[in-house]
Amino acid sequence: MSSTEVTSGAGRPDDIRAVPVRRPGRWIAAAIVLVIAAAVVRSVATNPRFEWSVVGNFLFDARILHGLVVTLELTVIAMAIGIALGVILAVMRLSPNPLVSSASSFYIWFFRGTPVLVQLLFWYNIAALYPKIALGIPFGPAFVHADANTLITSFVAAILGLGLNEGAYMAEIVRAGIISVEEGQVDAAQSLGMTRLQTMRRIVLPQAMRVIIPPTGNETISMLKTSSLASVIVVTELLRAAESIYDVNYKTIQLLIVASVWYAACTSVLYVGQYYLERYYGRGASRELPPTALQRLRMLSLRSPRSGGV
Amino acid sequence: MVKAEGVRKRFGRLEVLKGISLEVEPGEVMCLLGPSGSGKSTFLRCINHLERINAGLLSVDGELVGYRPVGDKLHELRESEIARKRAEIGMVFQHFNLFPHMTALENVTCAPMRVKKLPREQTRRRACELLDRVGLADKHDAYPTQLSGGQQQRVAIARALAMEPKLMLFDEPTSALDPELVGEVLGVMKQLGGEGMTMIVVTHEIGFAREVANTVVFMDAGVVVESGAPADVLGSPRHERTREFLSKVL
Ligand SMILES: Nc1ncnc2c1ncn2[C@@H]1O[C@H](COP(=O)(O)OP(=O)(O)O)[C@@H](O)[C@H]1O
Ligand SMILES: [Mg+2]
Repeated sequence: MSSTEVTSGAGRPDDIRAVPVRRPGRWIAAAIVLVIAAAVVRSVATNPRFEWSVVGNFLFDARILHGLVVTLELTVIAMAIGIALGVILAVMRLSPNPLVSSASSFYIWFFRGTPVLVQLLFWYNIAALYPKIALGIPFGPAFVHADANTLITSFVAAILGLGLNEGAYMAEIVRAGIISVEEGQVDAAQSLGMTRLQTMRRIVLPQAMRVIIPPTGNETISMLKTSSLASVIVVTELLRAAESIYDVNYKTIQLLIVASVWYAACTSVLYVGQYYLERYYGRGASRELPPTALQRLRMLSLRSPRSGGV
Repeated sequence: MVKAEGVRKRFGRLEVLKGISLEVEPGEVMCLLGPSGSGKSTFLRCINHLERINAGLLSVDGELVGYRPVGDKLHELRESEIARKRAEIGMVFQHFNLFPHMTALENVTCAPMRVKKLPREQTRRRACELLDRVGLADKHDAYPTQLSGGQQQRVAIARALAMEPKLMLFDEPTSALDPELVGEVLGVMKQLGGEGMTMIVVTHEIGFAREVANTVVFMDAGVVVESGAPADVLGSPRHERTREFLSKVL
């Protein structure tokens, strides 16, 4: 089928120049994919009901952009709460103190056991349970009093609902990361005189990151989209902003497309960020780091037949 | 430097150390031999309190490991006190246990900076010296995965030495190495012993024990079977179990 010939003129003396195997199946599959893609693009582009001009008009509408900012705020704050809570809960879960570890287990069970939409509605209606909220010593004096309705705005309710729920999922992710670190690492750190906390912070968590980062990226991307649930408790994030416009002009599909375009754009940015984070925390894990996009471009331009590849 | 009297250690119902008594003088190199599973690693781990003993007395440099005597009672030490004592004892592991997310240099500077809180420049300079001394002058910025086993183990020795320990524990430091890399690690250890470091070395390298050790201890099934000068224990063992073991490893 394939023949090899050893050429000595070009490249290094022993470079093998083989005629590649022919793969007709690949060409047929590629052709089918291209035909289907062309059909879809044609139908989307030529169907006048899409009203792409309307989509274009609203893409940078001030209300939409404001909604986008709120969506990003929700995502960032809720994920920050989720990650911080997740680390605390994971460390608690692995604590030798049974009360501490079961408290963490209970939290995780509770928040994973109920839909996040229900939790959002709970926080939104918290004033019905606790009309007044006070901050102070349990069973002792309180320092700050507040009316629940003014303290827990719909934005705060959304942050609480999304963040506390995320904490439960992040706890499991962080715990998996911590467990993945070899026990010998803890032995080594402790034999050097590090305390449990130093060992966790300097040795275990940085190594756990390699396992933690990819699912956390997924969680962030998922949070970006889950934050649209906050529209139900009248937070004017991206989806709610789109809804409030089409409630008036009835361009429902076009505004949903506008929202989708922004969600997809933000998700793509997050993908890139995730790639670089993984690369950073993967240092030392393998002999060579995977190239960044820029480095890959440079490698392509360097790969001339003279230099025989890189 | 190290004194053990009737040290016992159980894991659940399995008694691993059944009354170990031995003494290591300052500047002494002791080699600990014995078949796999005889409790050698466990004993080393007890010395820096990675494991807690169940009975007996164990002291390092005249101070009990893990406890403080108050009157006729023993009080457990706080975590920070235990950590401070561990910082004075260096330990080298069979599988190196280098921190993979740090370069060789960072591995060595980490503990002096975080535990002793020494200034960065000073620890860096000292770490460079140590790496040079173990023959890794050109590997400061390499990550552990980029180093051979022998190089990794030498970084691990430098990392332990960076804390300026008064006692070094080696747990089969060459057992995970390819035969041709064993020599470079033993060389560093031999040099260290020559400089007067107090060392307890668990090893199967009989040649090293014969050449470097002041005392050789043979352990089996959680007890010390015999101990003495290398020439005696290795040359003319008195116990059948010792003879049997030596005939297998030689
Ligand atoms: N953490 C542990 N839990 C339970 N058993 C252990 C533990 N560590 C060691 N052991 C047991 O103790 C015995 C002695 O182990 P070890 O000290 O590692 O022996 P050696 O180093 O001489 O080969 C073995 O039977 C081992 O299975
Ligand atoms: Mg062992």
